[in-house]
Amino acid sequence: MKNGEQRIEFTLNGDKTSVTFPTFKTLLEVLREELNLTGTKHGCELGECGACAVLVDGKPVLSCLMLAVEADGTKVTTVEGLADDARLHPLQEAFADCGAAQCGYCTPGFLCTAKALLDKKPDANRREISEALAGNICRCTGYIQIFEAVEQAAAKMAVKK
Amino acid sequence: MTSPFTFWDARTAEEAAALLSKKGAMALGGGVDLLGEMKEGIRAPEHIVNLRSIPGLDKIQKTDRGWRVGATALLTDIADHADLRKDLPGFAESAEAVATPQIRNQGTIGGNLAQRPRCWYYRAAEFACVKKGGKGCPAEKGENRYLAIFGDGPCHIVHPSDCAPMLVALDARLFLRGPDGARDLPIADFYELPSKNALCEFTLKPGEFIEAVEIPTALPRSTYVKIREKDSFDFAIAACAIAGKIDGDHFTDARVVLGGVAPVPWRSVTAEANLRKNTIADAVEPASNSATDGARPMSQNAWKIPMTKAAVARAIRSFLPR
Repeated sequence: MKNGEQRIEFTLNGDKTSVTFPTFKTLLEVLREELNLTGTKHGCELGECGACAVLVDGKPVLSCLMLAVEADGTKVTTVEGLADDARLHPLQEAFADCGAAQCGYCTPGFLCTAKALLDKKPDANRREISEALAGNICRCTGYIQIFEAVEQAAAKMAVKK
Repeated sequence: MTSPFTFWDARTAEEAAALLSKKGAMALGGGVDLLGEMKEGIRAPEHIVNLRSIPGLDKIQKTDRGWRVGATALLTDIADHADLRKDLPGFAESAEAVATPQIRNQGTIGGNLAQRPRCWYYRAAEFACVKKGGKGCPAEKGENRYLAIFGDGPCHIVHPSDCAPMLVALDARLFLRGPDGARDLPIADFYELPSKNALCEFTLKPGEFIEAVEIPTALPRSTYVKIREKDSFDFAIAACAIAGKIDGDHFTDARVVLGGVAPVPWRSVTAEANLRKNTIADAVEPASNSATDGARPMSQNAWKIPMTKAAVARAIRSFLPR
């Protein structure tokens, strides 16, 4: 490891992972540039849009405002970790069914944040869904389809259990 | 992202104070504000000292003096703490009012209290304003619609914290740690007007950082009302924190502190007096009207005066029986 670099070990989408990177890189930059997981998006870079949201130890955080070195020892889930091999996560299916994605740029952040909500509160109501997703901005859909998709996914997941 | 720095995981408060004494060192809590400043090109630390690696610094605990909340406690954990909310409802409400769910999962109480202003001239590297060691305030003849109506310059930022006005109302004490040891002070004394120090809103000596905040439970009734332009998440355009004691239909003790309208949490003693000498229902009008006494709006922000009165009126009304 060179001067000015860090090495971390963490669990990324269920796999033990180690990665070396320049100290100044954010988790978002390391995911995209060092680990080639480009599902997580660069948005505003300042915590105003939610496009870079990932789960760290199950909680949604903004990967653009987190230094990657802080992810050492954590469990990180990105949008690439939602599907079960070729089977989409119920949230991903519902987003497709409901037209909850148009340009798709904000979708990974919405999916990760919604997953955290349903993991914690599988029967979340419309108000709880809109509050949980308040930090994610979508400029295409007008949000209604997104809320409906989360409700549809919650209903499907409840039936499966 | 930015220019290189050396990263340190502090293991103890003493070690953090020693590391923060290095030239160009800055403390890292959740990073939400610091990384933003670095990306905006207005901050380039040579050393970043992580405080979240200090075991136990995130504790939220009840003591014989009230509640002690460690500096790295997350805003989410404060908002979700059922026992704390019972004793200090306004504090939990203020933590819940901050930013977005994701930011509350990262942001710490220490960082919230020591965050820097959002004034666009301050945040833009190309303006050498008085807060950044330059001359004058470009907002005086420029865009000032979201800026201060109190404080009289020479810098007209509004303090961005939601928790700070509430903690001033609750008469909290801040515990600071530095290379020379620990000290504590009323949180109101932590903040300084630009006329005293235009460069920074708070008083920390070199190497010092916030270790904890202690909140007495002597004022059991409290609330925080925040008015934002965008309801999903935003900084306050006006906010009102009230903490006090209620006997029957009136306040026997009341502290009223405004947010989003001054460079520091702005206590309104006249609103407090009006709140104490009337029943709660009768206090709404005189207390909210007097809360903006002494306000001196800039060219574009007189609209914040009725907005502030509305925040105070809503806060008082929340104590009326439903």
